[in-house]
Amino acid sequence: MATPVLDKVEAESAASPYITVTFRIRRFNPEVSAEAAWQDFTLEIDPKERVLDGLHKIKWDVDGTLTFRRSCAHGICGSDAMRINGKNRLACKTLIKDINPEKPITVEPIKGLTVLKDLVVDMEPFFQAYRDVMPFLITKDTNEPTRERFQTAEDRERFDDTTKCILCAACTSSCPVFWNDGQYFGPAAIVNAHRFIFDSRDEAGEQRLEILNDKDGVWRCRTTFNCTDACPRGIEVTKAIQEVKRALITRRF
Amino acid sequence: MATTETTAAGIGPVEGGSVYDVDNPAPLIEAPRQRTKKTPRSTRGNFEMGAWLFMRLSGVVLVVLVLGHLLIQLVLDGGVSKIGFAFVAGRWASPFWQVWDLLMLWLAMLHGTNGLRTVINDYAERANTRLWLKGLLYTAAVFTILLGTLVIFTFDPNIR
Ligand code: HEM
Ligand code: SF4
Ligand code: FES
Repeated sequence: MATPVLDKVEAESAASPYITVTFRIRRFNPEVSAEAAWQDFTLEIDPKERVLDGLHKIKWDVDGTLTFRRSCAHGICGSDAMRINGKNRLACKTLIKDINPEKPITVEPIKGLTVLKDLVVDMEPFFQAYRDVMPFLITKDTNEPTRERFQTAEDRERFDDTTKCILCAACTSSCPVFWNDGQYFGPAAIVNAHRFIFDSRDEAGEQRLEILNDKDGVWRCRTTFNCTDACPRGIEVTKAIQEVKRALITRRF
Repeated sequence: MATTETTAAGIGPVEGGSVYDVDNPAPLIEAPRQRTKKTPRSTRGNFEMGAWLFMRLSGVVLVVLVLGHLLIQLVLDGGVSKIGFAFVAGRWASPFWQVWDLLMLWLAMLHGTNGLRTVINDYAERANTRLWLKGLLYTAAVFTILLGTLVIFTFDPNIR
């Protein structure tokens, strides 16, 4: 009985898809040291797995103190945006094979927000900016959902792109203007304002435009396109920001 | 247990003890975007929009003014070697070139100043640094614009 099992194990290991990958992770624990430091972990992992699977392997089998956020693990909840090989991505949507596993894979927290521990940052300033643009339907006469609010397919299409946002903060934390003092509203807040400004059913577009006409509103955007590159949902973030700028200008002139 | 030097978390005792206690708490550092009493109610207004539009509109005009200027001064008709007192005097005798240079002076200075204001906003982190850099910037801009305007209007070709 024992022999065939052994044979099978050997045959499997000969055709192992596993490769050796180094994860270079930015560790920070304020209870131990005020300094953040890089730590290397070497793993055997299938290159078709994702960076998140690598982090799980480390947390579950090697070092339980590694701290990061994740929830859905399928690119929907937006909790695991991190800076992987210098670019903001979702760990759960990044395959090892797609980011050159020959070199160490660097994993850092997203920039511009206070790091609490390891890869976990304080998202409060990000969500404050989000709340500031009133990301909910506002109607003049009644907010009671007494009847369906009809909308043509074209009207729905107008803001379709910006409905896809999962509030992962990859865009806002990739923006050099946000990095400086964190006062800029940031691309994500503007994307979510765009979602309602261009919704034919909503009637508070004017108010939202006024909010984004702030000193730290849309005019701080320098069109670097970092946000568009970073968005894991493929939203044309920079385009949305320019559309808000244009709406602000055309409603005046 | 009271004699242990370090806590489990690895924090050693602070030399000289903490200057802060319950009655004298450490100063609170507000998080970005936090609403406090000192936060201005609203910084909305059309100034930033105006500045943004001005950068683009003045840029378009500057393409003509600056490139034309460089072409005339440095390329055409013998290049840079032709420039002298007589050349400048000859050009400023015409109101056309006076207006051209005046417009270029004002637009380039305001455009450049506003551009640097953006750069300062993007790179200076402390409020004080910003204040000083902008103070220096605005002083230099006002000085250059006034001096340039004065020269264009009071230029005397017969000066000895
Ligand atoms: C020749 C035609 C010019 C065009 C079309 C032009 C256009 C522009 C535009 C559109 C911006 C805004 C960029 C942004 O908001 O991200 C800008 C920025 C700037 N411009 Fe000009 N400009 C011109 C000439 C000049 C001149 C002559 C000066 C110097 C006096 C100047 C100095 C600046 C500076 C310092 C900035 C800020 C830098 C930055 O935003 O990265 N420009 N320019
Ligand atoms: S716009 Fe894209 S990158 Fe920005 S928060 Fe939304 S999903 Fe994330
Ligand atoms: S874990 Fe939910 S988006 Fe990655």
